[in-house]
Amino acid sequence: MKKSWWKILCVVLLVYTVLAGLLMPVPALRQLQETIRNLYFHVCMWFAMMILFTISVVHSVNYLRSLNLQKDILAKEYASTGILMGLLGYATGAIWASYTWADPNNPAFASFGSIVREPKLIGAAMALLIYFAYFVLRSSIPDLDKRARVSAVYNIFAYAMLFPSIWIIPRLLPSLHPGKEGNPALNFNDIDARMRMVFYPAVIGWTLLGVWITTIKIRLTLLTEKNWLNAK
Amino acid sequence: MTLFRKDWMLEMRQQYAFYGVLLYVASTVFVLYLAMGETEVDTWNALFWVTQLFVCINAIAKSFLQESRGRMLYFYTISHPSEFVLAKLLYNVLLMAILNCLNLILFIAFMGDPTANIWQFIGISFLGGTGLSLVFTMLAAIASKAMQQASLMAILGFPVIIPQLLLLIRLSKIAFAETFRAGVATQVVLLLLALDLGIVVLSVILFPFLWKD
Repeated sequence: MKKSWWKILCVVLLVYTVLAGLLMPVPALRQLQETIRNLYFHVCMWFAMMILFTISVVHSVNYLRSLNLQKDILAKEYASTGILMGLLGYATGAIWASYTWADPNNPAFASFGSIVREPKLIGAAMALLIYFAYFVLRSSIPDLDKRARVSAVYNIFAYAMLFPSIWIIPRLLPSLHPGKEGNPALNFNDIDARMRMVFYPAVIGWTLLGVWITTIKIRLTLLTEKNWLNAK
Repeated sequence: MTLFRKDWMLEMRQQYAFYGVLLYVASTVFVLYLAMGETEVDTWNALFWVTQLFVCINAIAKSFLQESRGRMLYFYTISHPSEFVLAKLLYNVLLMAILNCLNLILFIAFMGDPTANIWQFIGISFLGGTGLSLVFTMLAAIASKAMQQASLMAILGFPVIIPQLLLLIRLSKIAFAETFRAGVATQVVLLLLALDLGIVVLSVILFPFLWKD
């Protein structure tokens, strides 16, 4: 029971997010109207993804320091949950965009093209591609220790290359996506006080859910790989 | 330093590989010329950077792949990994600078010179070439540990290099007399330099882990 307080917190926060997110009053902006409630889901997915990738890199660094294969499993599982969150972020973003960006007067593929060319989407796609590449790299090295070491190095290197650019490039290119001048939703001026009451708990809740999923997967992997982990 | 000289000597001895890359550059640009002729500014810029990217991959992929297991073991006994990787980085930057010159000359010769300020563009292209060669040296080191190295390098490399390439393409529009907000250009140059420095530092820290087998 002592260890599960954060799981309870996660459930409570997510129930609160869904209830309050759908019921609480929101400011009616001309373009967004009620779709602004998607902020509690869409933006939180990207936050959770970045946090999970960061945890993964921390575990990779730890692996290189200790050469303990368990750390490598942790890094791998956090990365895969991060990818899941990223895909969910795309899905929620697509729903949002279909109500706000997609112009019914345009032929469908023309507006689809302009959405695909969004710098923010490209940035997110690069983050996901890097972690897909991470898994390709893992699968192409048969030796366990070598796989752990090489993929940890790639994880750190790619992360260090990616994140400066994800935060900088969208600000240099023209974009429809909100949040050009800073981080969307973190800026105190462009988010309403009432929304902050839901938004911050939502970020924590979704991130905790990501961590929860990951810990279950880690336990599963540790059980299936028990043989060679103990044999060392 | 000795290691750097070794790479240089090796290159001089295995001239066929070096000429192979030179020929690769020349034929790429020639094919582009046959297909496009003189092009518009934006197309010229895009083609230049794409050529630059592929030349870089081709030239640098071999820097780790050509080393046989035995030779790596020999280096392992005589040198420190950070020195080894620094020698590789330095050598690849120089190699890329040469290829960069050639690429630029061929582009201007075949496809015309659309730049408003050629010196600016030369500077930007060298900055970009350095960045590309640094990133791909490290990636070649990573890919050389896995199977199917050549194709893996592309998979690993493209998502990592895209941001830098975007910045470079954007920056090189300065040389085509596009106006920027004041200060943006210097910011981007500083950012790219900082990225390059970061790559060198990371390589020195991370390479020792790749090294021991």
